[in-house]
Amino acid sequence: MATLPVKLPRETTRTVETPRVRLPSPSPDPNPPFPFTAIVGQDDMKLAFVIAAIDPSIGGVLAFGDRGTGKSTAVRALARLLPQMRSVVGCPYNCDPAATAALCDACRERAGKGELKTRLRAVPVVDLPLGATEDRVVGALDLERALTHGEKVFEPGLLARANRGFLYIDEANLLEDHLVDLLLDVAASGENVVEREGLSVRHPARFVLIGSGNPEEGELRPQLLDRFGLAVDVKTPTDIPSRIEVVRRRDAFERDPPRFAKAWAAEEQKLRRGIVAARERIGAVEAPDEALEKAARLCLALGADGLRGELTLLRAARALASFQSEEKVGDAQLRRVAPFVLGHRLRRNPLDDAGSTTRVERALGEIFGA
Amino acid sequence: MSRGALSAWARASHAAALYAIDPLQSGVSLRAAPGPARDAWLALLRDYLPPDAPMRRAPLSIADDRLLGGLDLSATLRAGRPVAETGLLSQAHGVLLVLAMAERQSVSAAARIGAALDNGEIDLVRDGLSLRQQARIGVVALDEGRDDDERPPAALLDRLAFHLDLADVSHRDVLDHMLTARDVAAARERLKTVAAPPDMISALVAAAARLGIGSLRAPLLALRVARASCALRGLDLVEEEDLEVAVGFVLAPRAICAPSAESEPPPEEDALQDASADTAEASDPQNDNRQRPDARALDDVLVAAARAAIPPDLLARLETGLAARGPSSRGKSGAASFSSRRGRPMGARRGALHEGRLSLIETLRAAAPWQALRRKESADAAPLAVLVRADDFRITRFREKRETTAIFVVDASGSSAMARLAEVKGAIELLLADCYARRDSVALVAFRGKSAEILLPPTRSLARAKRMLAALPGGGGTPLAHGLDAACALAESARRKGQTPLLILLTDGRANIDRSGSPGRARALEDALAAARRLRGLGLSALAVDSAPPGLARGDAPTHRIAEAMNGRYLKMPVADAARLSQAVRAAASGP
Repeated sequence: MATLPVKLPRETTRTVETPRVRLPSPSPDPNPPFPFTAIVGQDDMKLAFVIAAIDPSIGGVLAFGDRGTGKSTAVRALARLLPQMRSVVGCPYNCDPAATAALCDACRERAGKGELKTRLRAVPVVDLPLGATEDRVVGALDLERALTHGEKVFEPGLLARANRGFLYIDEANLLEDHLVDLLLDVAASGENVVEREGLSVRHPARFVLIGSGNPEEGELRPQLLDRFGLAVDVKTPTDIPSRIEVVRRRDAFERDPPRFAKAWAAEEQKLRRGIVAARERIGAVEAPDEALEKAARLCLALGADGLRGELTLLRAARALASFQSEEKVGDAQLRRVAPFVLGHRLRRNPLDDAGSTTRVERALGEIFGA
Repeated sequence: MSRGALSAWARASHAAALYAIDPLQSGVSLRAAPGPARDAWLALLRDYLPPDAPMRRAPLSIADDRLLGGLDLSATLRAGRPVAETGLLSQAHGVLLVLAMAERQSVSAAARIGAALDNGEIDLVRDGLSLRQQARIGVVALDEGRDDDERPPAALLDRLAFHLDLADVSHRDVLDHMLTARDVAAARERLKTVAAPPDMISALVAAAARLGIGSLRAPLLALRVARASCALRGLDLVEEEDLEVAVGFVLAPRAICAPSAESEPPPEEDALQDASADTAEASDPQNDNRQRPDARALDDVLVAAARAAIPPDLLARLETGLAARGPSSRGKSGAASFSSRRGRPMGARRGALHEGRLSLIETLRAAAPWQALRRKESADAAPLAVLVRADDFRITRFREKRETTAIFVVDASGSSAMARLAEVKGAIELLLADCYARRDSVALVAFRGKSAEILLPPTRSLARAKRMLAALPGGGGTPLAHGLDAACALAESARRKGQTPLLILLTDGRANIDRSGSPGRARALEDALAAARRLRGLGLSALAVDSAPPGLARGDAPTHRIAEAMNGRYLKMPVADAARLSQAVRAAASGP
């Protein structure tokens, strides 16, 4: 089969400058992002993101909760923390040269000829903005080439760019239904299949799904909820000192972003090293039979969807153990991650929606002792 | 100068000046009916803004292609290459976006505007385009809502610093304002150098917490307003007075619980702090300014300022916990279900022909860019004028008909009760099952004795409704007017939630208790007729079921008069027949 020409992505999105900046700005251009480590509190959310960064196979994080708690801030900051990855030069899907089985068609062909050039690049964190249309998400004919040259060239979409990285959906509950369907399908198969406008393209699309939203604006479809490995409830801090610290840091950041980022550079570097080390170590972290048994009992006690819950629980606990430089998974790790893993997998009782945290706590108490 | 002494207009014009100093990535929610006061305020704001900064108006129902932008089809075809059309958000970069009827904006539009307010840019990933566009905007949300539950989407309000209400602005004051555009311009210059001491920030956060404000955007926005106030006064360091201004404009309108005038820290703790401040002064400066006793005193001052800025009647309601000022979830309006066959047209999406109605224009638009390519590929010597493929098909999306709320107003008085209540209950249960099947909601008002009671607020829970009905007691007078008034309130609130109210009145019409609660047939009937006319004003579908025994001529039956007064249908049913009744209600529901 002849390979269809594919348009190569630009390294960065084009920024259209509009020369009409007239009013004064409260802060200069919001570049760099707010540092991840400077986020006050929100330990659950931060830990869940770190775990997902250590082991992407856990299946993504959903951060659902109050307004103005820094959910989007955390995701945007996460991009800076991720260690670089090796990918094939010029591949629109960021193919991994080491994973020969998962190469895209073009890379496989070139690999056969021994022509694969590789380089290190940042892990992509791709935003799925509100109002995105399907053609730009899955990819479609390159409009420009079709119009100017009458040529058929596939222009990869967001799913291609997100391959081996993170796909971030802000306000996941406001996402249109047909886009949700599409994401569910791709996330399950790890492959994006495009059949449209006379094109027939398939390419790898494995990404970590990160979602955020505010439950007051609508519930998430259960199928999509299920897709997230970890789910954290994000609440506004209630104690005054933390709240003051949030406002102070935010204010300092808005007044001088580069200076603020510099002040936190050391912390950021420390966390980045921790994540890299945890990734390297994770293969050596043991999961003793005792831990396996406790994970199984916990899932059983909570009636959480069998295998997937158990597997995710173990993986998350292992990632945490590795991050904490432990040699094996213990009770402490299982207890810490269980609420993230199981909270959203409980069978829902429509008359009682406040109970999931309590139920997980109760089950934890029963199995691990108070 | 104390804020209490200022006229409402002086306050509003002060807000305009403060906002004009630092308008981007913030905004004003302006609650006011359209009219001279609102126009005057907007003109004043216009005057305070830099002369070359236009304000752009955004219409109410704005589709994504206008809000975010998309492919400019005609320009694209003319130029032979993709041409992007910018949306309102990026066109408004550096200027203010004025949202008409913000209380009716959808949650999804609010989310897009909110993202632009947060990030100062928008990602346009549509129609074959991927662009990042600058969109640092300010927002003036014109809120024409009348009640507490008719407000702009919470996601939007959270990001707008000022929540102003022009209700008390007197027309005579309007021309009078103290600040000139030059003052504001000077303050804008000064703003960069204004600093806020750490204890001022702490006090602001503490005051917000004591007012029950959860979102941390509130103190952040308040801090910006305090800085603007400081700059406007020509100073470089934020002072207590600036904080009071910020609290009045930003925090007080968001208060969800009544602040106690004084904080109640355990006295020992205070003493402890004093002692530690004495002994360990300057040993830990960071901790020191956070816990300093006078920081505590400052937030008392701020809370007092907030109390002064909250209207007394609202304060009273906050104190009793009655005000519905919690975050209004507007989930319903945002989660409106889209259908492919019924309802109002709401744009188009890609789909197959059998899935719904073809939208011809959108289909042609989708096909247009590919014509050159397809012609080239087409083997025909003389191809069709337009080459349309299955991928181009766009089907129209419709917003489904609103759900109905059936409000049952049941006469449980002595004259009516004993004989028919049981049958009436049976009929309602049948109707309930029917409503349930259609996912409509039901509400139940019962009147007897001297008052009416909302036994069941609108619900979809069949079980709950049945339980309430089973427990419905009978006996006593017939306060028909009360029953209708209660129904009227329910109907109004259902309508505000986007539901279509339907009223079903079951009575024998023998009203004998008037609105004041005193007995008397003539007066009671007059009041009931007045209440019925009020319902007519709402323009809802109504059905009056007369359960009086046969005897009176139809035109004289009081229930018939009530039905006429509320422009509803009349059904004489001396022997309540559950099946017939539910049939009649179904007919009324599908009627006008």
